[in-house]
Amino acid sequence: MTAVDATGQVSVSAEERIPARERLTNLAIDVFLFAFSLLMILPLVFLVSNAFKTPQELLAWPPTIIPAEPTVENFRAVLADTPLARWIFNSLAFAVLSTLSIVATSAISGYVLAKFRFRTLSVIFVIILATAIVPFEVYMIPLYFQAQALGILNSTWGLLLGYLVMSFGIFLIRQNVLHSIPDELLEAARIDGAGELWIFWSIVLPLLRGALGALAVLAFFQAWTAFAWPMIVTTTRESYTIEVGLALFQTGFTVDLGRLSAASATVLIPSITLFVILRRNFVQSVAATGLKE
Amino acid sequence: MGEHQGGEPAALGKKAVPTGKHMLQRRLWRFAMLAFLPTLAIFAWVRIYPITETLRLSLHKWDILSKNKPFIGLDNFRELFHDRLFLDALVNTSIIAFGVLAVTIPLAMAIAALIHHRTASRFSGFYETAVFIPHVVSLVPAAMAWKWIFDAKLGPLNALLQYFGVPAQAWLFDPVLSVICIIVLCSWQALGYAVLIYLVGFKNLPVSLFEAAKLDGAGGIQRFWYVSVPLLKPITLYVSVVTLISGFNVYAQAFVLASDSQGAPGRLVRVLVLDMLENSFRNYRVGYAASEAVVLLAIVLVLTLIQFGLLREKGRA
Repeated sequence: MTAVDATGQVSVSAEERIPARERLTNLAIDVFLFAFSLLMILPLVFLVSNAFKTPQELLAWPPTIIPAEPTVENFRAVLADTPLARWIFNSLAFAVLSTLSIVATSAISGYVLAKFRFRTLSVIFVIILATAIVPFEVYMIPLYFQAQALGILNSTWGLLLGYLVMSFGIFLIRQNVLHSIPDELLEAARIDGAGELWIFWSIVLPLLRGALGALAVLAFFQAWTAFAWPMIVTTTRESYTIEVGLALFQTGFTVDLGRLSAASATVLIPSITLFVILRRNFVQSVAATGLKE
Repeated sequence: MGEHQGGEPAALGKKAVPTGKHMLQRRLWRFAMLAFLPTLAIFAWVRIYPITETLRLSLHKWDILSKNKPFIGLDNFRELFHDRLFLDALVNTSIIAFGVLAVTIPLAMAIAALIHHRTASRFSGFYETAVFIPHVVSLVPAAMAWKWIFDAKLGPLNALLQYFGVPAQAWLFDPVLSVICIIVLCSWQALGYAVLIYLVGFKNLPVSLFEAAKLDGAGGIQRFWYVSVPLLKPITLYVSVVTLISGFNVYAQAFVLASDSQGAPGRLVRVLVLDMLENSFRNYRVGYAASEAVVLLAIVLVLTLIQFGLLREKGRA
């Protein structure tokens, strides 16, 4: 807020000195940014619009943004050809369960790592931090065999195995506890005779609501857009997530562009809507990833 | 629920307070361990164990089909560096990772500077959202949009080129052009994240420095080049490393975009993750695939160490 005020003042004083030139530059910048922003979302706009086009119109040049004769034929065909609803459900179940698990484990362990100063815990924290830089792709093959041994391949549980915890989530919550929850608050509660579980549940959790919300959004999108792990864990058509289903669907020969676009649009529209609604949370959590030391 | 849980430990607490600090410490220790144990167990099970397994398997001739899985030292690694397919994948992946870096960092810095300059504008929210959306949308549907754009017959890119008299290109069927396509797609996705981090960086820059530069007669571009760019170095370093690391893990983009003429996904532009998965699940050479994973890990570690090294150097100066 203050940043906006500060720059606001700067540009006001500047406009007093050289109003015309400054304003012209700003206008030029706005035009450029506007064009660039449109260019960034144009591929997605076309994708959605292609989904409603007839095969003839798909070939038209220049491509139309608003279809001349909108049709839902592509959607009907794709729903008849593929278990699209099933794939979306699989992704949704996987993403929701992963989010719950990540939020729960990060909340409790982030709090413990921030507020309980025991040497064992510090050592564990360093290990957690160190594993955070290991990409998932590095250890997914042994993890696959663990899932196989448990007999949970081709199931939501198999998918979940790779996405139960998030090192960054633990780190994020720990930082938040350190910054926003003073020791005195916890000590006062202890002197009043409050139990540790009660302190966590009734004092710490409500104070972490913002950070946990941001983490939840991050965790949800992480699972929703996961590709490599679902690709190896699911091998039956019924168990695919939407990402895997679409990726394998597009390699078939008989598939045409209209149907592909329809299937993609079905996935994109809800996730973009969700993103626009949760933008603040999301931006906050992603920005936080850049703040780690 | 909360209140009920509070009841019992509260009684314990009353007993603990008068007996002194020692009891409290023990109580805290017990709670910390009990509360942390489930996460620790999961963490050990799905992170620590598979990571150490990867390291162990990479030193073994561990094929699914054979009964004997002997320890063979560094043989897997020696074989890797004579393996044409692996070297191919390593080169492709490196080109993609550094290509994305070269496109993303300068562009993100410039776009973030402009958006920051126009923070007061009514559209700044729109700019941020539009630039960031490609970063959050699902990979595969987004890649599908680009597949259409690059399509040799139907795609608007070729149509546009022909409009300007440039002959149509088989974008997704040419090994060199398809690498470029993957770089474009990955940069399009990576840009939003980099812009966001840069925006945070710009917001944290001291306003007074810019005022001073302005009084000294520095123009907008000069202030960007001589004040912002040097001050943002730590952020540039961080974003570069993150972009490079995710570039080295590229898989879905290549899988969708670079299908070869027989329709086999991802073969045309072989990337590390694809090669690793093929060795493991098609050729059943798990130990060999694990050694590829270790190479990937080594690359990531080196990049991270370089980042820390440069940051520390800067801290001393």
